[in-house]
Amino acid sequence: MAVALILVLVAIGSVVFHLVSPWWWTPIASNWRYIDSTIIITFWITGAVFVAVVLFMAYCIYRFRHQSDRQAHYEPENKRLEWWLTIVTGLGVAAMLAPGLFVWRQFITVPDDATDIEVFGQQWQWSFRLPGADGRLGTSDTRLISPDNPLGLNKDDPKSHDDVVIEGGELHLPVGKPVKALLRSADVLHDFYVPEFRAKMDMVPGQISYIWFTPTRTGEYEILCAELCGVGHPQMRGKVIVQEASDYQAWLQDQASRNFARLVPAAN
Amino acid sequence: MVDMPLGPAGVGVPADVEDVELYHPHSWVTKYVFSQDAKVIAIQYSFVALSVGLIALVLSWLMRLQLGFPGVFSFIDANAYYQFITMHGMMMVVYVLTALFLGGFGNYLIPLMVGARDMVFPYVNMLSFWVYLLAVLVLVGSFFAPGGPTGAGWTLYPPQAILSGTPGGQEWGIIMMLVSLMIFIIGFTMGGLNYVVTVLQARARGMTLMRMPLTVWGIFTASFMALLAFPALFVGAVMMLFDRIFGTSFFMPAIVEMGQPLERNGGSPLLFQHLFWFFGHPEVYIVALPAFGIVSDLISTHARRNIFGYRMMVWALLAIGALSFVVWAHHMYVSGMNPYFGFFFATTTLIIAVPTAIKVYNWILTLWRGNIHLTVPMLFALAFIVTFVNGGLTGLFLGNVVVDVPLSDTMFVVAHFHMVMGVAPILVIFGAIYHWYPKVTGRMLDDTLGKIHFWVTFLGAYAIFFPMHYLGLMGIPRRYYELGEMAFVPPSAHTLNAFITIVALIVGATQLVFVFNLFWSLRHGRPSGGNPWRATTLEWQTPETPPPHGNWGKDLPVVYRWAYDYSVPGADQDFLPQNQPGITRAAPGSLHG
Repeated sequence: MAVALILVLVAIGSVVFHLVSPWWWTPIASNWRYIDSTIIITFWITGAVFVAVVLFMAYCIYRFRHQSDRQAHYEPENKRLEWWLTIVTGLGVAAMLAPGLFVWRQFITVPDDATDIEVFGQQWQWSFRLPGADGRLGTSDTRLISPDNPLGLNKDDPKSHDDVVIEGGELHLPVGKPVKALLRSADVLHDFYVPEFRAKMDMVPGQISYIWFTPTRTGEYEILCAELCGVGHPQMRGKVIVQEASDYQAWLQDQASRNFARLVPAAN
Repeated sequence: MVDMPLGPAGVGVPADVEDVELYHPHSWVTKYVFSQDAKVIAIQYSFVALSVGLIALVLSWLMRLQLGFPGVFSFIDANAYYQFITMHGMMMVVYVLTALFLGGFGNYLIPLMVGARDMVFPYVNMLSFWVYLLAVLVLVGSFFAPGGPTGAGWTLYPPQAILSGTPGGQEWGIIMMLVSLMIFIIGFTMGGLNYVVTVLQARARGMTLMRMPLTVWGIFTASFMALLAFPALFVGAVMMLFDRIFGTSFFMPAIVEMGQPLERNGGSPLLFQHLFWFFGHPEVYIVALPAFGIVSDLISTHARRNIFGYRMMVWALLAIGALSFVVWAHHMYVSGMNPYFGFFFATTTLIIAVPTAIKVYNWILTLWRGNIHLTVPMLFALAFIVTFVNGGLTGLFLGNVVVDVPLSDTMFVVAHFHMVMGVAPILVIFGAIYHWYPKVTGRMLDDTLGKIHFWVTFLGAYAIFFPMHYLGLMGIPRRYYELGEMAFVPPSAHTLNAFITIVALIVGATQLVFVFNLFWSLRHGRPSGGNPWRATTLEWQTPETPPPHGNWGKDLPVVYRWAYDYSVPGADQDFLPQNQPGITRAAPGSLHG
């Protein structure tokens, strides 16, 4: 009796905890509402299964508890019941997988009007590169990295000449415009993670990975590293500031002129 | 053996192979130390694995102290913290759970449950344990090496695992870890071949494959998988060792480390991740399948009811085993691999939920219309179902590629895998120890201490890991030495972290009750007799308890029925041992023969 009761409390307590938990996701600031919806669907389906299984167990424990005159029912198998359960499970799984794969296709299909930006990781700081007036990023190579060229840009590539490099600073993005973030690392694995964007992707030295998203809300959000990258891992923080298009343009102009000012003495 | 002709009553015709004389010990040393008896080897394996488990438990306390009360304990700096999490993870997954289920329970139960005198290669079996012990010593030795153990996380991802930004990366830590893993795999291979060949070749007459207890099926399938999966880790370890010691570039692309270019080029960090998870995912089921098997037998025995849908249970085990080799990259959805892989691996991963769900249904349908004895082993089995279902269902979040994106690398993942492959299998281990301790020692473990141990462990572990999911949902990343200032994290999250730490300390301390019970009951436990649970399987039918070397006395048992003849209508008691002749009812024998 006590055991059955405690199991009922575990099931109900879990549901109540879920409903009243003050610990919940951050308000979303990107276009990935579909991800949140898929999580909600998954919570409902899995929650129902969990409660059903635990309550059924509790019922059995109470109803079929040992009594001296009780004999268990002898029934090695029940084909119909087993197939029926298998089919229902298959349908439940499909109901979660189908929306999941549908949204995954969107997640990896970058829209044509997305702007390329670069996020660059190294132990233990974030840097960024934004395209200049030509709207394109130049090529780069880890082996070109030097004190004068912290991101290893290929200076022979004309597209790189107007690229705006922000070393260890803040990333600014215009609201409402899709962005394709090209992710690059100089040393070890890192992971570009902004909780409010629901987006996350590893940065792997020797290759370029990507994610795309559209910021939908102006504001300041934290960039965290989500792949253990050494002892400084928790200190690897950055900031992304989503602004109205006009504010963003003003900021970009300012950065470009600073970049230029920094490059001029080197050109001499 | 499978095609062995059966007589009219399902009894095998006499084997024409002579009973082979075992190597009987001649001294105390060959009996208790360098023993070739699988049962002694099982106890040696279990003792070492449980000791490593206690070390790993203390490590988990230390990391929880840091997470719950950051900065309070000055001896836990970032280096030490990462070393603790790495060693805790690797110890628990490989050196505790794998070693205990296969080396411990496998050695004890396989020969007894299939009616053999011993493993088929007793000498190799003995070597397996001593090689395992060496692997443990090397691993624990890395605590005392210059620079300490590696702090790369148990996944040991390069390039960071062998670079200076990671504890032990440029010192001894990572080398000792890789060498220890290689030794472990060599030792495991010796044991694993034994388990597989013994099940295939040394079963008693009449013990057809489809009459074997599910415990044997689970351990057999897991051993077979481990033999296929561990080589991938071995190869990865060799390559990383070359990268670390000889400066090769298997996993090392062009790297500029702290402003200094390294003389490496062309390697692929992702290659290691594929090798690691090709091992690492089957590894989850290498731990889970023996637990599935054991828990099936616990539930059936203590509910006095045949396991429901035995054949479906066997096929589900095999299906899970096979599928687990084609799901590995679900650990890598956000690794930067080709994103189109996501479609394939999400589909295979969610398909594996179907045979897994069948197992859960059959466990709870075994309770249905049973005659449930709430013994301590049964309590642990029931708690296993609750935690396994909970952890399995959150796997449907993480397996479903796009849902994994926000949750990956957060505390949600930590909560998920602890629930499903930490808490759940460990509850089975405890249940199994309470269940089989009488066979090993001839005495029962104390019931009251067992119940205290059970309730604190089950409810405590649930209270630790259930709320932890919600920290991850909020976005708190895992493997953070300290959260520091995070604008989106409210103060209440820190309170929850402190709560989790306190519960973890209590649950950890409660394990001392269990350890005390193990030693106290050796002398003071109630004498159990040979078959205290009135179970059907062969290990309970030995002529002596504890069984001596050779297990069966003069004659090997002959098996007449499947392992689940509980409460057979018309029988004069509520269980019919597998070696009891006389078919009171034809159905089960012919159905499963």
